[in-house]
Amino acid sequence: MLVNLPAWYLMPTMTFPGNYTSLPAISAFITQFAREAGFDEHDVYAVELAVDEACTNIIEHGYNSEPGEITCTCQSTEDSIKIVLKDRGKSFDPEKVPQPDPTLPLEEVSARGAGLFLMKKMMDEVHFDFDPANGNVLTMVKHKSE
Amino acid sequence: MEIETNDFKRCTLVKANGRVDGLTAPKLEDTLNSVIDRGVYKIVFDMEGVDFMSSAGWWVLIETQKKCKRYNRGEVVLANVQERIRNSLDLVGMGTYFKIFEGVTAAVGHF
Repeated sequence: MLVNLPAWYLMPTMTFPGNYTSLPAISAFITQFAREAGFDEHDVYAVELAVDEACTNIIEHGYNSEPGEITCTCQSTEDSIKIVLKDRGKSFDPEKVPQPDPTLPLEEVSARGAGLFLMKKMMDEVHFDFDPANGNVLTMVKHKSE
Repeated sequence: MEIETNDFKRCTLVKANGRVDGLTAPKLEDTLNSVIDRGVYKIVFDMEGVDFMSSAGWWVLIETQKKCKRYNRGEVVLANVQERIRNSLDLVGMGTYFKIFEGVTAAVGHF
C-alpha cells in the first residue's frame, strides 16, 4: 500500500560535500521540498537563494578549500519551512559582517556581506549557533506569503 | 551554465543560460574577461536564460562593470532580467550600478 505523506510529516536530511559542485544538488533538494510543502514560486526562490548564499559562505569561509560536509535538514508546518544547515568549518561572528552599502561609488563596492544580507532579507528568521563540540548550526525559517 | 558571445558593431553580447552561482560564476568571469582582453568594453549581458543568480554572480558583474567604466571606456548593461532576480539585485543595492533593458535590441541599441 502506497501512502502519500504530506510534507509536514517528513524531515528529510541530506549530507553534501562542502564544495561548490554541491550547490545545484542542494538547490534541487531545497526547492523540491519547498514546492511539496506548498510554497509559491516566489517563496521557493527566496528559500533557494538564502540556502545557496549560506552554503556558499560555508564553503568559501568555513571550509576555505579544506574538505568538509554540509548537512541540510528540511522541516515544514502548514505555513512555514525551516532549514537547518550544519557544518564543522571555521565559525564567525555575524555581527561583524558589514552590510552592503548601496550609496558607495562603483569603485568602492565590495561583495563582503552580500550573502548574509540576502539570507536575512529572504528568510524571516536566521539564527547562528557556534559550538566547538557540535559544530556550526544555521537555522532559517520562512513563513508562507499571504 | 552555457555562455555564448556575439560581437556587434558597437558592443559584444554575452548570453548565459542556467544557474550563476559560486560554481559557475568563475566561468562567467573568464568569459567577460576574455571580452575585455580583446579591447571590448561595451557589453550587453542577456539574462533571459538565467534562472538563478546568487551574489557570486553579481560580484562578477560588478567587477566587470568597474573595468568597463574605468576611463569611460564603456559599460556593462543588462537585458531580460527575470523579476525575482531583479528583486535580489535591488535588495543588495547593486541595481543602481547597471542600466537594465527589457530586450536585447534595446540594450544593443543603447551603444
